[in-house]
Amino acid sequence: MALAVGCRARPGKSRDNKTGSWRVFKPVFDHDKCSKCGMCQTLCPEGCVHEDTEGFFDPDYNYCKGCGICAAECPKEAIAMKQEEK
Amino acid sequence: MAEKKNTCDLFDCGHRACGGCGASLTARLVTEAAGPETIVVSSTGCMEVFSTPYPETAWKVPWIHSLFENAAAVASGIDAALKKQGRKEKIVIMGGDGATFDIGMISISGAFERGHDFTYICYDNEAYMNTGIQRSGATPLDASTTTSPAGSQSFGNKRPKKDMPAILAAHGAPYVATASIAYPADLRQKVEKAINTKGPCYVQVHAPCCTGWGFEGEQTIAIAKLAIETGLWPNFEMVDGKVTKVKKVVRKPVTEYLKTQKRFRHLFKPKLQEAEIAAIQAIADRNAEKYGLDIKLPPKKE
Repeated sequence: MALAVGCRARPGKSRDNKTGSWRVFKPVFDHDKCSKCGMCQTLCPEGCVHEDTEGFFDPDYNYCKGCGICAAECPKEAIAMKQEEK
Repeated sequence: MAEKKNTCDLFDCGHRACGGCGASLTARLVTEAAGPETIVVSSTGCMEVFSTPYPETAWKVPWIHSLFENAAAVASGIDAALKKQGRKEKIVIMGGDGATFDIGMISISGAFERGHDFTYICYDNEAYMNTGIQRSGATPLDASTTTSPAGSQSFGNKRPKKDMPAILAAHGAPYVATASIAYPADLRQKVEKAINTKGPCYVQVHAPCCTGWGFEGEQTIAIAKLAIETGLWPNFEMVDGKVTKVKKVVRKPVTEYLKTQKRFRHLFKPKLQEAEIAAIQAIADRNAEKYGLDIKLPPKKE
């Protein structure tokens, strides 16, 4: 008889948990000011900032918790934190 | 050109870390540097809890958790099994500072002494954050935690931080380094170097905790940077027990770092505690002398 020891979970199952609902402030990315350095993507603790085909960056609002690290660290100040409206 | 990768390819979104968590950024950067051919062993701690609340997991690499104290022993077993099967996967241990400095010390010491091939990453947030901010061996001098509260009779934690890199270097570890999430490229490089070095390697990553230290989530990176710039977190690399690379800085006074966090608030309010701040400054000065942190500026021309 096969005996399952411990708990198992499918890799990346945490995606079911839409942490975007935690957000109070929402980062809004201004592509006109963006220099495409990618700092926001590198420093996002969620890993939810993605690069589009033109090289600009945008967050996945399903998972962005609105911590504001991207806005604080952006060298071009191209990210603004705006109050979330739900 | 290589295909563009998402940053969540190996450590996925939807984990339950606080907004602005330094440890979750560590997990992401480490898995990115380690690559998909990796087996991760976690000890109990904040990272284990926020990344894998059953039945969810944020990890997309093989991941195992057993107990608080035995991550290094579990990794030793995996190493032996992989060797027997002739497999080439790399083993990365992710432990918090409590699991590394205090509870896991015995099995870490054993595994390093036996010379297994793994990389031990300690994400150091300087207290037991998962259970509600109790002091650990990594808590710095005068930090207020729930088991070392500041008040009329105390200035918080009475002891300075344990020098874990030196302890593991003394075990004969071929590669020991400290890194910080404020310098992600440097962190990735050190993790890659540790993984590609045969034998037990250790990387200690400074990962500020907004909830435990008392600051806003957006400040995480700025505070990690200040720790390096004040000399309280020396960023260095040790190969075969000798310091080979140090991040040099033009040092700022330690108050710049201390006043950003609630855990040090009692040093400034209601009264400025000059003696205590001088004691912390002395730690930074000692670090600067020991590792040669100061950039020697040329004398100003008249």
